[in-house]
Formats: sequence, structure tokens, C-alpha cells
Amino acid sequence: MRMRTLTIFLTTTVLASVAAGSLGQAQTSKPAIELQWWHAMTGANGDRVNKIADGFNATQSDYKVVTSFKGSYTETLTATIAAFRSGNAPHIAQVFEVGTATMMGAKGAIKPVYQLMADAGEPFDSKAYLPAITGYYSTADGKMLSMPFNSSTSVMYYNKDAFKKAGLDPDKPPKTWPEFFDAAKKIRAANAAPCGFTVGWMSWTQIEQFSAWHNVAIGTKSNGLGGADTELKFNGPLQIKHLQALIDAQKDRVFEYGGRERQPEGKFPNGECAMIQTSSGFLGEAIANSKFAFGVTMLPYYPDAAGAPQNSIIGGASLWVMGGKKPEEYKGVAKFFSYLSRTDVQVDTHTVTGYLPITVAAYKATKDSGFYEKNPGRETPILELQNKAPTENSMGLRFGNMVQLRDVFAEEIENALAGKQSAKEALDKAVTRGNAILRQFQKSSS
Amino acid sequence: MERRAIFGNRVLPYALVAPQLVITVLFFFWPAFQAVHQSVLLEDPFGLSSRFVWFENFEAVLGDEFYLNSLGVTALFSLSVAALSLGIALLLAVQANNVIRGSHTYRTLLIWPYAVAPAVAGVLWLFMFHPSIGLLGQGLRALGVDWNYLLDGPQALLLVILASAWKQISYNFIFFLAGLQSIPKSLIEAAAIDGASPRHRFWTVVFPLLSPTAFFLLVVNIVYAFFDTFGVIHAVTGGGPGKATEILVYKVYYDGMIALDLGGSAAQSVILMAIVIGLTVVQFRYVEKKVHY
Amino acid sequence: MVENRPIARLLAHLFLIIGVIVVAFPVYYTFVASTQDSRPIANGEVSLLPGERLIANYGVAIDVGVAKTSGQPVGRMLFNSLVVALLIAVGKIVISLLSAYAVVFFRFPLRLVFFWMIFITLMLPVEVRILPTYKVVSDLGMLDSFGGLTLPLIASATATLLFRQFFMTIPDELVEAAKIDGAGPLRFLRDMVIPLSTTNIAALFVILFIYGWNQYLWPLLVTTSGSMETVIIGIKRMIAGADARTEWGAVMATTMLAMLPPVAVVVLMQRWFVKGLVDSEK
Repeated sequence: MRMRTLTIFLTTTVLASVAAGSLGQAQTSKPAIELQWWHAMTGANGDRVNKIADGFNATQSDYKVVTSFKGSYTETLTATIAAFRSGNAPHIAQVFEVGTATMMGAKGAIKPVYQLMADAGEPFDSKAYLPAITGYYSTADGKMLSMPFNSSTSVMYYNKDAFKKAGLDPDKPPKTWPEFFDAAKKIRAANAAPCGFTVGWMSWTQIEQFSAWHNVAIGTKSNGLGGADTELKFNGPLQIKHLQALIDAQKDRVFEYGGRERQPEGKFPNGECAMIQTSSGFLGEAIANSKFAFGVTMLPYYPDAAGAPQNSIIGGASLWVMGGKKPEEYKGVAKFFSYLSRTDVQVDTHTVTGYLPITVAAYKATKDSGFYEKNPGRETPILELQNKAPTENSMGLRFGNMVQLRDVFAEEIENALAGKQSAKEALDKAVTRGNAILRQFQKSSS
Repeated sequence: MERRAIFGNRVLPYALVAPQLVITVLFFFWPAFQAVHQSVLLEDPFGLSSRFVWFENFEAVLGDEFYLNSLGVTALFSLSVAALSLGIALLLAVQANNVIRGSHTYRTLLIWPYAVAPAVAGVLWLFMFHPSIGLLGQGLRALGVDWNYLLDGPQALLLVILASAWKQISYNFIFFLAGLQSIPKSLIEAAAIDGASPRHRFWTVVFPLLSPTAFFLLVVNIVYAFFDTFGVIHAVTGGGPGKATEILVYKVYYDGMIALDLGGSAAQSVILMAIVIGLTVVQFRYVEKKVHY
Repeated sequence: MVENRPIARLLAHLFLIIGVIVVAFPVYYTFVASTQDSRPIANGEVSLLPGERLIANYGVAIDVGVAKTSGQPVGRMLFNSLVVALLIAVGKIVISLLSAYAVVFFRFPLRLVFFWMIFITLMLPVEVRILPTYKVVSDLGMLDSFGGLTLPLIASATATLLFRQFFMTIPDELVEAAKIDGAGPLRFLRDMVIPLSTTNIAALFVILFIYGWNQYLWPLLVTTSGSMETVIIGIKRMIAGADARTEWGAVMATTMLAMLPPVAVVVLMQRWFVKGLVDSEK
């Protein structure tokens, strides 16, 4: 019968291919222990990830780091969690800064970096890393939980050509918010650009960075670094005043909202908006696509706020080591982290990608090489981060379900910008809703 | 009606239904059961700790003003998509039925959007109406409309409705045209002899005969708007601005996959199941009664 | 013939032509954008006439992909979509045909139970049980595999019901005649039932192929590795990639490529498709 022949044919083919597959594997398998590294980097940054892995693989033959791209930051986190639940977690997962509390809360699912290094007997000194960065990823008593990888902070970019057209001095960017709004208004009045300014990553730049930069709290307990029983409190007078100023600035397109995440970034290189506040990681793209001269400078501040400007906080992602792996695998991960922290690797990565160097030595080496003089704007984020010694309001932040919190903040801000509620109502609601989410997080992870 | 002539064989029928049965049990009954089970648990995302909480998740969902908002958005969205795409499709089908030559060509030219994925439809419309790069977005701004669907809830909703309705026109068109073509010409001629105007004929003779089709399509379109439009929402608005375009199925996805609230998301799934079963029952009862041609 | 009204007919044509233009415009616009350079597009300067980057953009999309943003060449993603769509269409037709045949042509204990078990799946699209289904697939170790991508979508009753309805119309006399000739149930299936069902199978194939090709939420969840991504997911990813700029020219080229296969299937198999759609819902 034809059916039977087909079945036999199929079975043999399948068996043959399985056999061939296992045979092929047997021939190519090497003694090197494979270490899985899941990441969310695309483009030039994705190439960088591969280059680092290749570099490490070339220095030794016991371990082999294998990278795989898992989509956006959120998707990478979701994939990691799902894989952990079904017992297939990678060794190393790149998790963005807002996923920090989620990862920390999952004791047993992760292996803290300080412990990893100690167990593996790998030389490790947490003081070698820039405190402005590691603070975000460490316990209250300074133990490093994850390895910083790509760090950035928020800076301001401005279109020098538009400044000239509006009669502003392109070498004197606004320093304070009043000057900033003023400049944007002049740009609109002179029609030097169709839009004065926009902001990327709204919640991050206008609530989180804004609060840290003005030394006001985002939440209690050092913005959550001190414990999961933190409460949000960014509905203070300064933040309200600022949101109100943004709402008012929408008139005549002095300010234009362009989306919650990186979408507004498109409005800067095409000349639509003359200024933008967004991640320092945007620099490469701005250079590649802008047809005009532009400058990078520090974030503006309100001069009447005591202590401002304080220091900015980081964004970006760190590498988490997943739990439940074999000791020899952990040894490999520890060696990989040592390689990653090497000064030459760090300098290389920093100068190519625009992300910040993570070690003090790498920062010094870059500075000594004269890189920052040749590339103005590249040091701005580091200077912002180290502007002053961090206070409990500017060390970083750590809130559970932060991905969701950011959406909540953005939703309420959007409703305020759309004229549906006042600035105060928006922030009050964002805080109330945010606190409910924090309590839910506490409940489900305890 | 039952068949009289059958085959006798003890084992074969089981072997024949087995593949479908296995897949149904594995990928339908097991997950459905798990959804119900998960909906009464409180669990952390990593599955390290899990607690039985009775109906707390349901209470939380039903007491959540944003869930109720999402219900409202879903209702408005589905009805608008259905009304818009049914209206346009009916208009086009009536015209196509009127022309003597070329109705087949028109059908070919109108049915292909059926093949376009909802997510792709979303991208097409997003691209046209993008406030800074889209032709129509820029056009609206040039006309002085403050067009920014990233901030304006009603505009965002309008955009996803347009994109979703656009894709569904062809499906409705096929059914309406088939329905119109099956109406006996003699009926219309009789009405014409009685002196009824074309408009009058349409509403008194043609439309009543089409109504079973229209009702069937209404249900299909609503179900389409409930589920298949996820791609449009995800690609165009991500549920925003605010929560202006957060339909139920998007919320299930968001709460489960992004917010990692597994229990709450499962509770929403269970509620959604109840809604769909309700819709299906209504449809079947109606179909049983009226649409037995 | 009712009355002869040339003006009304002209108006009808006019209406239809406007309808066709409105329906086609989004795609035309995408097509012209796909032949232009990304930079003017990003600056909002799309020309309504095709540009000269047709070959360049499509070439880039197919081989390199928008590797910058999604990590996968579109060629690979198109292949994945094709495999998924074919597996779903063929798989669903095969299992439905068999189970409908059993339910109609045999009497056996539990027949009705089985039928209702299958029937009830009609009520719940995969979207409402999406997370638990994800968990099941993950527990079975089928994430990032074609099995995981397709099997859960095959678990539905539409095709079974259609076949059942059609089989009921096969005259009893045919069955009796076959039995007298000494044909067994499998031979009857192969020599009579399947040949009689070709139109239904073709129609279902079109509907299911499109259903499979256009899946979005499900592949979004189960594919975590780029090499298993379908083209529909790839497009979305290109628009909102984490850190790189949107290559609109190539994105639009990819969008066109993603639309082409299902549109071709619908247009070329129009006859069966329309018949299948209208019949399946009666």
C-alpha cells in the first residue's frame, strides 16, 4: 500500500537524519564548556557583544561563550523567566536596569556576582568599578549582584544650526530649565525648527533622572534601594511644577511629545525638534543621521531647587548570572567577567559604542588618551553621573515591576499632556497606582 | 440527520480520531484547565513561590478601574470596526451586484486585503498617519488638525479602528456579494412592477433577505475585533496613549507577559472565555432559528 | 431585467473604483516607500512615485535583512512563515479529515463525546488561553520549534465541522456500493471521499494558509531565538528595535514581501477560496 511505503520512507529518513545529526555532533563536539549569553543588543551594539564573546573565546580554550539575541529588553527578560521556569535558563542574561528588582527578588533563580567570583576564586574588587554605576546593581551594603554591562545616562542634544537661526549662541546651550524653555520658545518664534524640543524615555528622563538631578526623592527607602517596602513619592511640588511647565510648553509646539520610549529620537536628526533629552547611547545615531552641527550638554536644572544639579543616574543593562548551574560553568562565567572588566576591553567598548566605561581604570585610560578632547560630548554623561557624591535620592532606584510602573507613569503623563487632568492629578494618580503595584509585587514575591 | 450506511470496525475509528484528540487534549484542554488553576493562584514570575488565594485575582481584576475601562474600549472598538467595515462592504457589494460587466474584476481587486496580516495592516496605516513622516499625518497637520495619535486617545483609537476595519472589508464584501447574488431576480422584478423605487426595493426586499448574512457577519466581525486585532494594537499604539486603545486581549498579554502578573492575567483569560462562550451561544441559537436555508 | 439605468450603473462603477483606490492606497504607498531611500522617508519626504532603490532595498531586505535591527535576514523569516503556514494548513486538513471521517462513517462508543470535545474548541480561540498554552508548550520543551509554533494552532474544530457537514451529503448508496465491491473503509476514504472533497480541501487550504501566515501573538511568544522568527514578527521588530534607527526603506520592502505570498494565494485560488469561505459558514 502506498500509505505504508510513505510511512516507511518517512521513518527511515527521520531515523537517518537523527543518526546523522548525533554523529555530526560527536565529531564536532569539543571539550570546551558552553556558556549561554542571552542579550538584547542590535546593530553595532549587537556586533560588539559578539566581538567580546569571540575575544574571550580566543583567550582560552576551556570555555566557549555563545551569544543569542532574544529581542527587546522586555522580551529578553520574559524569555529568561520563561526559560528558567522550564529549566532551560541561560548562564548569563542581559537585563535592563528596570528589571533589577525583579531579578533581585528572585533569590534562588540567580547567582549574585560577588558570590560567583568568591566561589570561583577569581580576583575581584568591587571598588575597581565606577560607584555611580555599581550602586544601582548592589545590595545596600555594597555587594555587587549583577555585572554592569552597557550603561548610559540621560543628556541633552541641541541643534546648533537651529540655535544660530533663532539668534541663540550655539556655544552657550541653556543651563537651567527657565533658560531651556526660553531657548525653545525663541526657536519656535523664529521658526528655526518646527518643534522646540522633545524627550525620549519620558518616565526615565522626566521623572527618574529629573528627581535625582534635583536631589528629590522618587520613593522612600533611598528610592527602594533600602528595601521592598518602599513607597513612591515623586508627586512633590518640584516635579508637579515641572510637569506643568511641560504641559504649558506644548502650545505652539515649543515642546512636543513623541512616544514613551525611543520613538521621539527620530525627531532630532531630521531637524524637526531642535533639542532632545534622551539616552547618551543615542549619540552614535545622532552623528550618523544628522545633517547639521549639534552639541551634547548636561541636563538643565531649576536654579531655585536646593542642591541642584545633584548627579544623574544610570540606565542601560547589566548581566545577571542564573542559578542552578554547575560549579565548573560558574567558574567559566567568573573568568568571562574578569575578561569583560579588563581595561583594554572596556576602553575599546566605551570608545566604540558610546556606552560608559564600567571601571575606574578604563575611564582614566580613556581620558589620558585624549579621547574626550577629540570627541566632545563623550565625557558629558560621566561628568553628570559624578557631578556630586550621590545622596539617597540620587544613588539609583529599585522598584518591583518597574516595567509596568514606567508604563503607569507614562500613561498618567500622557493623560496630563492631552489635557485630561492637571499635573498634580497625574502625578498623584501615578504614585497611587504605582504603590498598589509595589504592594502586589511585595505580596507575590514573599 | 444520521447516516444509515456505516462501516463496522472496532479499532479504526479510534485511530482516525486519535491525532486530533491528542492535539485537542494537549493544547486545548490542558491549557484551559491550567488557566483556571492559575487564576486562583498568587505566584511570583519565576515560579519560586505559589499560594492558593481563592478568588482574589478575580476580585482584583473586576475591581480594577482599568479592566472596566478596557471592557469599554473593547466594546467601542469592536462595534466601530464591525459597523465601519460592514457598512463599506455592503455599499461596495451592492454596487458590484448592480454592474453587469466587471463585477468579477472588482471582486478580485477588493478581496486581497483579506490576506494581509492585521499587524501588517497596522504598520501600513501607522506609516500613512505617522505625525512626522506619514503623508496623511503631515497632510492633517498642514490642514491645521492637531494630529498626534501618540498623545490623543480618540485619534489613536480612530487609527486602529481604520486599520482593523480596512482589513475586514474584503471578507464582508465576499459574503454580501454572495448573499446578493443568491437573491432571486424575480423577487426584485416583482417589487419593481409594484412601482417600488430602487432605494425602497433595497430596504424592503433585499436587506431583509440579507439580514441573516449581516447578523452572522456582525458576530464574526466582533470576534475578529476581539482577538485578531491584537497585531494592530501591538504594532501601532501598544495600548496607549494612556489606556485609550487597551482592548481585553491586549491586556491579557500585557499583564501576563510584561507586568508578569500571572494570576491576574489568567483570571482575565477565564473571564474572556466566558464572554466568548456567551457570544458563540447567542450566535448558534440565532443561526439555528433563522439561517436555515 | 429591472429598469435600465445607465447613470446608476456609471455611478456604481464610480463607487467601486473609489472603493478599490481607497482599499489599495495603503499598499501602494508602502510600495513606493519601499523603492526609496530610508533617509527622506524618515524626514517625511516620501514621493508618491516609485524611487530607484527597488532592487537595492529588496536585495538588502532578503539577504542581509535588516540584520541591524532584527538580527535575521528576511529570506530566513519568509522561509519560517512558509513552513508554519504549510504545516498548519496541511496538518489541520489531515487531522480534521480523518476525525470527521470517523465521526460520520462509523458508530463507536464515545463517538459523541469525542465529537463534542472537538466541537467545544470552536468557542475558544488560542488568544484567550494564550499564557497557559505557552506554559504547556514550554513544559513540553517545544519553544522555538516548528512544532511549538504550529500544533497549538491546529487544535481547533472549524475544519472538522466543515468536513463533517460535507461528508453527511455523500449518499448512503455510495457507501453501500463500495461495501458490495468489498472496499474497506480506508479504500473508500482514498478512492471516493478524498477525490470528492478536493474543492473543500482547496478552499480550506487557502483559508488556513492565510490564517497560519498571519499569526502574530502566538509566534511572538514562542519564538525567542531570531532564527525561528516569522516575517510578521520581524516587521514589528524592525520598527521598534532597541537601539538602532528604523530603516524605513527596507522595512517597507519587507512589508511588501510579507504580504506577497498570502495575497498571491488568495488571488490565484480565488474561486475555491470564495466558495470555501461562503460554504464553510453555512
